[in-house]
Amino acid sequence: MELLDSSLLDAADAVRAGKISARELADAAIARIERDDTHAYLDFDPARTRAQAISVDEKRARGEALGPLAGVPIGLKDVLCTRDARTTCGSKILEGYRPPYDATAVAKLRAADAVFTGKLNMDEFAMGSSNENSAYGPVKNPWDKSRVPGGSSGGSAAAVSAGLALGTLGTDTGGSIRQPAALCGVVGLKPTYGRVSRYGLVAFASSLDQIGTFAADVRGAARLLEAIAGHDGHDATSVARPIDEYVGACGRDPKGLRLGVPAEYFEAGLEPEVKASIEAGLKAFEGLGCTLVPLQMPHTKHAVATYYVVATAECSSNLARFDGVRYGLRVDPGKDLEAMYGATRDRGFGAEVKRRILLGTYVLSAGYYDAYYTKAQKVRTLIRRDFEAAFAKCDAIVGPTSPSVAWPFGAKVADPLAMYLADVYTLPASLAGLPGISVPAAPSASGLPVGMQIVTPAWDEARMLTLAHAFEQVSPAKGKRPARS
Amino acid sequence: MSTVPARYEAVIGLEVHAQLLTKTKQFCSCPTTFGAEPNTAVCPVCLGLPGALPVLNREAVAMGVRTALALDCRVNERSVFARKNYFYPDLPKGYQISQFDLPFSEHGKLEIPDGAGGAKTVGITRIHFEEDAGKNLHGVTEAAGRSVVDLNRAGTPLIEIVGEPDLRSADDAVAYLKRLREILVALEVNDGNLEEGSFRCDVNISVRPTGSTQFGTRVEVKNVNSFRNVHKAIEHEIARLSGLADAGETFKQHTRQWDDEGQRTVFLRIKEGSDDYRYFPEPDLPPLILDRPWVDALAKTVPELPDARRRRLTSALGLTAYDAEVLTAHPKIGDFFESVLAAHPSDPAWAKRAANFVMTEVLAEAQAHGLTVTFPVTPRQIVEVLDLVTAGTISGKQAKELYGFIKGSSASPTEVAKEKGMAQVSDAAVLEQLCQKVVDENPKQAQAYRGGKTGTIGFFVGQVMKLTQGSANPALVNDLLKKVLG
Repeated sequence: MELLDSSLLDAADAVRAGKISARELADAAIARIERDDTHAYLDFDPARTRAQAISVDEKRARGEALGPLAGVPIGLKDVLCTRDARTTCGSKILEGYRPPYDATAVAKLRAADAVFTGKLNMDEFAMGSSNENSAYGPVKNPWDKSRVPGGSSGGSAAAVSAGLALGTLGTDTGGSIRQPAALCGVVGLKPTYGRVSRYGLVAFASSLDQIGTFAADVRGAARLLEAIAGHDGHDATSVARPIDEYVGACGRDPKGLRLGVPAEYFEAGLEPEVKASIEAGLKAFEGLGCTLVPLQMPHTKHAVATYYVVATAECSSNLARFDGVRYGLRVDPGKDLEAMYGATRDRGFGAEVKRRILLGTYVLSAGYYDAYYTKAQKVRTLIRRDFEAAFAKCDAIVGPTSPSVAWPFGAKVADPLAMYLADVYTLPASLAGLPGISVPAAPSASGLPVGMQIVTPAWDEARMLTLAHAFEQVSPAKGKRPARS
Repeated sequence: MSTVPARYEAVIGLEVHAQLLTKTKQFCSCPTTFGAEPNTAVCPVCLGLPGALPVLNREAVAMGVRTALALDCRVNERSVFARKNYFYPDLPKGYQISQFDLPFSEHGKLEIPDGAGGAKTVGITRIHFEEDAGKNLHGVTEAAGRSVVDLNRAGTPLIEIVGEPDLRSADDAVAYLKRLREILVALEVNDGNLEEGSFRCDVNISVRPTGSTQFGTRVEVKNVNSFRNVHKAIEHEIARLSGLADAGETFKQHTRQWDDEGQRTVFLRIKEGSDDYRYFPEPDLPPLILDRPWVDALAKTVPELPDARRRRLTSALGLTAYDAEVLTAHPKIGDFFESVLAAHPSDPAWAKRAANFVMTEVLAEAQAHGLTVTFPVTPRQIVEVLDLVTAGTISGKQAKELYGFIKGSSASPTEVAKEKGMAQVSDAAVLEQLCQKVVDENPKQAQAYRGGKTGTIGFFVGQVMKLTQGSANPALVNDLLKKVLG
């Protein structure tokens, strides 16, 4: 099915022009998902997907105006609430849970006439960088099924990479969109914090979580962002700001833009193959008429520690609601309330989630709060200032999305700190609330994907997309897809 | 009167949780209902469903700010919501959204009667916003040993008003609560109902040697649900803590609760590690910014408060402190009285007559339900009745009778008085005959009067009124008797 391997915009145009029906597209996606061996989907219901597609076709048959994503097969990270599909967050504690409502981003995609392919696998409660923390088993990287797809939105990245959806939604707390996009060779876009409503996104770390988009190309990710962006009365942290024409920003000339290159993003820990790819990419930017500006971002080295204080503190509180009282798993040893709480949470949560709840509970505890939480907030401000200082000298910051290519399953499981370092380049922008995108750069010598990260000032997704799109056109990775099995 | 042995002084501070009378909950648009079917006034937000987010209710903020202004608090331009983390089945999110180190208002005060005819000032430490929890219910299902949870109340807006430890007795504490409640009710932000829990009080209390400036170890008595019990609980604790001090016994800071059956406080739990609520700023809500113009506009909506009203009634209209207290016991009673007053403003005689009539007749049957009071008559009807008295058409006694006829109806007092043939005997000729008769029949008293005991005239007036069954014009009778006895 060629259309599934074409761009999201081409498919959308084909449906709108009546060249193909939503039903045909949906059937093609269903056929592929049924044969999928990456384990990208957690919830997949062909009848539901087909029914949605048919209703789009009927809408067109009635002569009604179609939405901008009419008939486009879209997958949703399983952390987004859907009223017609289970939402488990990759956790046993929510096994079989059906929310009574749609997340705002999901509702907006419905309103845009998208067709949902299903719910995508992820690290439990979005905590992880390899997908190995999914309670339902990890997603495999479509480029090499012995390797991780990255995380936590591994299913969202792999589904696009493997052509199991034309676009997907993911969430990014510290790099959970950009890093798996890099490792799976697709485009992953994290908007500015507040750009997309978080209502219905099951919270991991509220001050960092942001819904974003995946597609095979930059314009596809931009089109999805256009559909989900905007202020929402249900989310007090979503911001009423004008939404630019993101697809329109793709194709503008990036000539003359100044690109900051932080020295800290090229230090020890960066794999040589990734470094080579990114350096070639920087040259390509110069070829596009951009100027490279060497930068110092001295607080970058504190980002991992800061993130693991802030994010775990918030997660320890956000995950308190999973107590076995109202929904989800309940394990009741029949003793007392405390025992029920303990048994439910012990059985329901995986090791990494427990580790983070414990860390977060610790840093918020009396006597430790100032040393950890207050301090982390101060460092977070310093990291934000690094960006402010940088943006006084440049229009965007570019560098590697991830220090490494996809690694083999199990390689970092025993070493949480090594795993946490996988997000070293994505965490600073998350802590500063800035938009970031990962675009495929030249693959490694072994043929594994590498991602170029572009970060712009808050609310400037348009310029970020202009740069990403221009880079995409000259990237050796353009049009490359993993082999179908 | 106080049970404190003179060598000890009690130090008391109160924390009041008041539900705000908003139409919807603090962070979602569910209705704030009382008594609805369990778990019907709920949505993803107040159920704490995964993914749901709070959005602040502006009406609740306005009510909180008006309360702060009425209590002379400083309103902070920027305040921050915080999460108070603890596990309990009635707390759906596993944390309560509250305010911690940056509340929306601080540094207020409240005047209370000092029990000796004067007033004392009690400091208000802070007022902050909170959300209420749901309710755990026990023994309502067939399944033995099972408890159930009703989350209708979860997310109901609350303000917590924290008072300074400026109170020294149970009387002080009750006076403070009554003053605070009447202000909240006057502002129409709270219905003042202790029994239903919309106005709840926690008592912090310690004793110390009289003259000491240090604080003793305190105990907290939780959720005492009536003024009477607050009084009893404090008296009980003062006696108990003084006894411990006498015996030289020390104890750890802890929480107690009032046991109504045993008429005592009982140990509930020790305050220690379990009270580490791990507060941190609520990341789902931006800081609350209260801009000056909005606060200033709200200040204009703060009505005359009960204390000011009482001062006006006593100093401008000459009512007694007691009358003023009774007539402002509820803002709607005050409003009713003021409507009667308005017929003849700034007339102290009218004020006194209106006050007496409203207090003795109308209030006997007025029914208060939270913010509303149902009266058996309208102020207009009372004005008419009293105008008939002033005009001499009916007597004071007849006024009461007439009130008996019209209460509960919209009848016109003038019409009813006519129908019932109620008219005061003001015919001097008729009355003079009666006066003569009474004087003749009581020669002893007549002699006493003439001998200078002019006070006995009251006796003769009474006799004439008796003969006329109260329909005589008393002023006229008075004059005529003086003439006859002359």
